[in-house]
Amino acid sequence: MDPASAKPSSWLSDERVRGLIYQILLLACIGALACGAIYNAAINMRDRGIPTGFGFWNDVAGFDINLHLISYSNLSTYGRAFWVGLLNTLLIAVICIPLSTFLGFAIGVARLSPNWLLSRFALVYTSIMRNTPLLLLLLFWYNAVLKSLPGPRQSIGVGVVVFLNNRGLYLPMPVARAPALWFLGAALLAVALAAGFHVWARRRQDRTGARAPTVFVAAALIVGLPALLTAAAGPPFAFDIARLSGFNLRGGLHIVPEMAALVFGLVTFTAAFIGEIVRAGILAVAVGQIEAAGALGLHRGLLMKLVVIPQAMRLITPPLTSQYLNVVKNSSLAVFIGYPDLVQIFAGTVLNQTQAAVQVMAITMAVYLAISLSVAVALNAFNARYALKGR
Amino acid sequence: MSLEPVAYVRAAREPEEPPPMLSSGAIAWVRANLFSSIGSSLVTIGCVALAAYLLPQLVAWATTRAIWSASDGPACRQHQDGACWAFVAAKWDYLRFGSYPVAERWRVDVVEAIGAALIVWLLWMNAPRRAWGALLFFVVYPILAFILLRGSSLLGLPIVDTLLWGGIFVSLLTAVIGIVFSLPLGVLLALGRRSPLPAVRMASVVFIEFVRGAPFITILFMANNLLPLFLPEAWAPDRLLRPLAGIVIFSAAYMAEEVRGGLQSLNRGQYEAAMALGLNYPRMTALIILPQALTLVIPGIVNNFIGLFMDTTLVSVVGVTDFLEAMNNAIKDPVWAGPTIMTTGYVFAGIFYFAFCDGMARYSAHVERTLAKGRR
Repeated sequence: MDPASAKPSSWLSDERVRGLIYQILLLACIGALACGAIYNAAINMRDRGIPTGFGFWNDVAGFDINLHLISYSNLSTYGRAFWVGLLNTLLIAVICIPLSTFLGFAIGVARLSPNWLLSRFALVYTSIMRNTPLLLLLLFWYNAVLKSLPGPRQSIGVGVVVFLNNRGLYLPMPVARAPALWFLGAALLAVALAAGFHVWARRRQDRTGARAPTVFVAAALIVGLPALLTAAAGPPFAFDIARLSGFNLRGGLHIVPEMAALVFGLVTFTAAFIGEIVRAGILAVAVGQIEAAGALGLHRGLLMKLVVIPQAMRLITPPLTSQYLNVVKNSSLAVFIGYPDLVQIFAGTVLNQTQAAVQVMAITMAVYLAISLSVAVALNAFNARYALKGR
Repeated sequence: MSLEPVAYVRAAREPEEPPPMLSSGAIAWVRANLFSSIGSSLVTIGCVALAAYLLPQLVAWATTRAIWSASDGPACRQHQDGACWAFVAAKWDYLRFGSYPVAERWRVDVVEAIGAALIVWLLWMNAPRRAWGALLFFVVYPILAFILLRGSSLLGLPIVDTLLWGGIFVSLLTAVIGIVFSLPLGVLLALGRRSPLPAVRMASVVFIEFVRGAPFITILFMANNLLPLFLPEAWAPDRLLRPLAGIVIFSAAYMAEEVRGGLQSLNRGQYEAAMALGLNYPRMTALIILPQALTLVIPGIVNNFIGLFMDTTLVSVVGVTDFLEAMNNAIKDPVWAGPTIMTTGYVFAGIFYFAFCDGMARYSAHVERTLAKGRR
């Protein structure tokens, strides 16, 4: 083309200039929206007499919370109530995550079982849980099951140590006795010895190829050492068992029905999803890997342990983590059955009492975002370490 | 010693033997799948015992011992060990429409029928002119539904306040509106997240991760408490509109990730070919990329819809009477109060949600298989 006849191109058709214009336009729109929202909020809050600062944080809350891990009374501050709620949310997560992981792995493996009936059972369970709203499950367990149990006088006893009635679940409460510290020491020592043995066995295997029965040695150490101590010095814990006094059960570890329903509902619900993740992860391991391991002469147990599980875990971990986050997020359904979690206490009661909607919602969202982000960072670190290289 | 030579020649064909009993047929199947080892046999026996113990009780509770017709509570109250389906039958209209005026309920029926027809049109993969279906569903239908449901003095339809809306139709409405509005928004966010312009990308990422990091309930609380604060007094949104806005925001973030998956799974060659043809970005996106990506993510969109339909049960926390909340209200009716009413109500709700969601999930799995065949 003759350069002289080419039209001088307008600066508007330069891709970079146009990109810049689009971005400025977008930012201007977002900025205008934000300014409008802040302006309206300022006017609305002034008109309705809504507090604008965080001064309410140190005001007296004036309401009771029936479950608090740190000391709390109705004379405590809203700030204290926030921490109580946050700890209650984390408590649910800490209880539900390991339980639903165990149950979920069991269900995932059951679905792949060569036993047709077992895999059908697992399938039915999974599809019921996945196609029913969690809220319905929680309401069912809380209202229709736990709340309609008999009263304390007709408690259902499981054995004679666990009791279930309409006021909750009563478990034996371990109470430390004198040898408890020694017991703890023995347990820690056993774990340390087992870890040491594992390292030694791994080195020896790398050097000579001989395998050592690590699992059995570790189990013998971890069970055996504390057991020996118990035999020598007596049990380290006494169990405080709930017993009927008057119209109620006293003593023991009392779990309020709200918490029992929430834990039970969340665990059974989440386990179905984890089961599917585990199944998909195991199925996704290439058949060639399994055949190659079989050709090397590995028997079924070693094949699972050395070839299938490590590869499946790489696929399982990311979705599993997002299920753990879902547990944290789903525990906010506590609102519906009255378990005092962060949302129920803070975004519910505190918001209604103080009317400080913007501040309260900002703090609540910040908490959940902080949890999500920290888990995401941990997951990225995991992926960076275990992702297949060179893909 | 010498061996006598044995001469034997078969003259006729031997009759065919059936295969050994233990290697094919029902018995072999049972041996391989139920009793392949001691452990497996024990598991089978355990499962059979559990089923034999539970199933007859459940079936009897739901059928033979259940009460199928009664005009009010007393019959169900005396009968303590069976479901009270009469209660569901008596409350059925309330469960479907909430407090929507009886004389106007045909409007809800019409909206539901049109919606169902349009959804079938869109989801039936070989249907003719699906683009028209999409236009009707995403543009015309919401306006039509709004006018019909709310009423219009121009058309002579009395106005029905959203306070009266409730039941299954509100559950369906919230889920459908969530999808109708969040899909376009989700497509924009997904494109934004893959944009080469850093400001656009950042804005999309922040929005998506912010929403996905928070529980649905807090999004609903935010929509309910903050929207009225952030808008001028005169625009204060309706009490049903606020949670709907929350649902759209929530669903858009998940939809964006779904669509992004579809965009990522497209072959790079498609982009390159479109650019080689000289198409600019809007035309490339609208003519080449989105039609393929959106077809790929139909199963994902349906799964999102299922999740959203179940999540809409949470809207009762901000005072909207969805199906589950209507069931809760019905259970509290003192006329019907009885020992089995609550279980009956929740079991019925469970069956309803299960039937709906499982059906959609089966459809989505079917589409996924069909698509996988086409791509192989």
